[in-house]
Amino acid sequence: MRFSPVSCEHRETMLRAVGVTDIDELFESVPAAVRLGRPLDLPDGLSEMEAVSSLRALADANTPAARLVSFAGAGCYDHYIPSIVDHVVRRPEFFTAYTPYQPEVSQGTLQNIYEFQTMICELTGMDVANASMYDGATAFVEAALMASRITRRHKVVVMGSAHPEWRVVLRTYAASGNIEVVTCPVEDGVVSPATAALLVDDSTAALLVSSPNFVGHLEDLAALGEVAQAAGALFVVSVNPILSGVLEPPSSFGADIVVGEGQPLGNPMSLGGPGLGFFACRQAHLRQLPGRIVGRTVDVDGRGAFVLTMQTREQHIRREKATSNICSNHALNALAAAVYLSAVGAAGLESVGRACVAKAHYLREALLATGKFDAPYSAAFANEFALRYKGDPAVMHAEMVRRGFLAGVDLGAIDPGMDGLVLFAVTEKRTRAEMDSLAKEVASL
Amino acid sequence: MTASDARFPKDAPVRGPRALIFETGSPESRCVEAPVLDVPEISLDEALAGGVRTQPPALPHVTEVEIARHYHHLATMNFGVDSGPYPLGSCTMKYNPRLNEDVCRLEGFAGLHPYQPLETIQGGLGLMVGLADTLAEITGLPGVTLQPAAGAHGEFTAMMMFRAYHTAMGDPRKRVVIPDAAHGTNPASVHMAGYEVTTIASDANGAVDLEALKAALDTDVAALMLTNPNTLGLFDPNIVAITEAVHAVGALAYCDGANMNAIMGKTRPGDMGFDAMHINLHKTFSTPHGGGGPGAGPVCVTAALAPFLPGPLPVRLDDGTYGLGWTDRSIGRVRSSFGNFGVFVRAYAYVLALGGDGLRAASEQAVLSANYMKEKLKGTYPLPYDRPCMHEFVLSGSRLRKEHGVHTLDVAKRLLDYGIHPPTIYFPLIVDESIMFEPTETESLEDIDRMIEVMLTIAAEAASDPDLLHGAPYSTPVRRLDEARAVKQPDLRWRPSSAE
Repeated sequence: MRFSPVSCEHRETMLRAVGVTDIDELFESVPAAVRLGRPLDLPDGLSEMEAVSSLRALADANTPAARLVSFAGAGCYDHYIPSIVDHVVRRPEFFTAYTPYQPEVSQGTLQNIYEFQTMICELTGMDVANASMYDGATAFVEAALMASRITRRHKVVVMGSAHPEWRVVLRTYAASGNIEVVTCPVEDGVVSPATAALLVDDSTAALLVSSPNFVGHLEDLAALGEVAQAAGALFVVSVNPILSGVLEPPSSFGADIVVGEGQPLGNPMSLGGPGLGFFACRQAHLRQLPGRIVGRTVDVDGRGAFVLTMQTREQHIRREKATSNICSNHALNALAAAVYLSAVGAAGLESVGRACVAKAHYLREALLATGKFDAPYSAAFANEFALRYKGDPAVMHAEMVRRGFLAGVDLGAIDPGMDGLVLFAVTEKRTRAEMDSLAKEVASL
Repeated sequence: MTASDARFPKDAPVRGPRALIFETGSPESRCVEAPVLDVPEISLDEALAGGVRTQPPALPHVTEVEIARHYHHLATMNFGVDSGPYPLGSCTMKYNPRLNEDVCRLEGFAGLHPYQPLETIQGGLGLMVGLADTLAEITGLPGVTLQPAAGAHGEFTAMMMFRAYHTAMGDPRKRVVIPDAAHGTNPASVHMAGYEVTTIASDANGAVDLEALKAALDTDVAALMLTNPNTLGLFDPNIVAITEAVHAVGALAYCDGANMNAIMGKTRPGDMGFDAMHINLHKTFSTPHGGGGPGAGPVCVTAALAPFLPGPLPVRLDDGTYGLGWTDRSIGRVRSSFGNFGVFVRAYAYVLALGGDGLRAASEQAVLSANYMKEKLKGTYPLPYDRPCMHEFVLSGSRLRKEHGVHTLDVAKRLLDYGIHPPTIYFPLIVDESIMFEPTETESLEDIDRMIEVMLTIAAEAASDPDLLHGAPYSTPVRRLDEARAVKQPDLRWRPSSAE
């Protein structure tokens, strides 16, 4: 296929106008020694129909979670996406536009970001939010870096119960020398505020916690917030936004920065990307907030209008002193999240949260009743919980896929320290009948 | 027209801002209803150990038709590639094929969970391996990570790999050299990776000043970060001497791949001596920009740097199946999961559709179209570096400013009235009143000729009626904004209390 609308005749016209006979004359500044001089070793192009069938063959070589009865979570969730969401996202005026640097012709993108910022503030209880980040992990790390800039301190204390991948990302960024990472150990599936207090001191920039944590438990945010505050460190909390209708927002526990993965809000799983990171903070820290921010102002005719603002923080102007290098963000995923939140509203979000909590508690009882699992932890949880399987989880998973189930996430495959544990997430999509049959099938193994 | 123009009633369609979605609908409005709960209700207070929300978030309360109309109105206030010519330099705003949009939504891709057993995601892993192999062939750099989410994220990833490489060699370094024509993300990424930035000036031809580079290079330098073709749209003829000079002091050469659309199938950064580069799939490989993302910024590296790639890496196993692997000296991870998989599917669809010859032809046409525009405009708008360009070129608005008091910003705003998205302006910083055009291969000759004609018309308007340009645009949903007010009186969110 070719997507260029320039015909052969027009190409000749252009060559003549430029004053060359052969296109290669335009590449004369490329030294002869480094010209490729051969065709790329890639297959020939395909017609659209052939390309679709090649890609469909690859898609069909997968057994997607969406086609199984899935109980997989661990940071990526199979929630219901209302029909309207993708219809909005597929509007070419949204998806074919660039970053809104020309506000006069970008009011759609800009107004949506302003509305998205508002929704994130409402979910988290914070004062200001940015236009989105790449994902939850990078938002978590950016929060640590921001806290370091604000406090002019070097060390961050991360709870060992946060997502293992996020903690690896944090350590990867810390190799720059810009921050030092200390990890607080986990006890009975949660962190102890008393243990955290031993690690947090007057050189600590931030205490970073996820609640629910990686294995689904709710952390003692009130006590952890006090630990951070007592040391003058910032309190960074990561939350699952789908639970924001039922869980007290982190602002109630003194959070300074709230971040998270926004995929559960209207975005498909898509093998873990693209989703979006969200990032909110208290007003006092606005000037250190990374990423893009949209503000409301007026145009020359006095009409209300939206514009990218606070750009002195960004790399266009400050270059090597920029607060962050983030340029592209995940605006289209933020659009999906905003449409999702508009579609469900506060009442719908609460219903989704209630359903997830009630169903997760139902499934945990049902699975324990099979006698195939032990309960390793006793802490409170919301939509996700871990059980210890009395056998090889990998074998169980493979067999359950054959029977049409994605039976949670094998945690030993992610972190050898969690060998034998299986993490089950339950969304509002799962029915009682599906959960009963999961329990029945596992019991028969 | 203005807000008070009687010809346009207050509620005229597609004119001006719309009420916020929070101010739309009524309290009892609902779009989707929750299904009936089919398990026993439980006490949230007990289940959640008391941490139950008491004050609901102030989210919109709207019906589906209100959502449809709200976002329809917002969409009509946007300008995308489908709306008209979008010659935004450095951003490669090529057409986004609809094939890509359809295939990324196949359930076999969009419905994949990142922690499924590997046997159930063989097609997904195979696609990632196929895309990585394709990028390795196009760049001449065999080691590939698809993980970075954007170009700047790729820059940071490579800098962390350079840091790990030099540390492993027992030769840690402090500085990264960047030409003054670089993208703003370059120094920011370098700073985030814990390096200091040394800026060097470009030479009279807009290329790297080889003497200035050699003077800046010493054994404290970790890398040179260079965009080639550079941000003036020029291919650096000394590229081999440049990378040799960098290697001579034990430093590494990084290529900012933002301008890859000029050189696919013509020349390869790996062959030029670069050790690493990122690719913007959302530029060169036709995936949409989405109003600011998501993109994807895969990084390609030499075999010597491959052991430091972030993981996990999708790999083809000896038995023909696909798995995941970690290199022995991996820097770790730069984000969760595998990267922006949905973007990979789109990019791979593009590669399959075009094939090797099609990719080369796309680059050739992009270069030809840019040169054509440049030749037609350089008599009216000064061209500071007059050589054959690659896929973009940079004009100067300095003459209009000196002769008529009209700035590049005014030209850009006037283009909006003609239904053309402005080029990139005021970048690169080394050109006065810079105007950077990148027509891409997907603008037709008719549209290119129209852009040229409009640019010449605007130059004539600048001479005859400069105030016309100072006041532009006139026909857009809103006109020039008070950006100072946005900074001085930050209004960054709607508040429920302001509803009444």
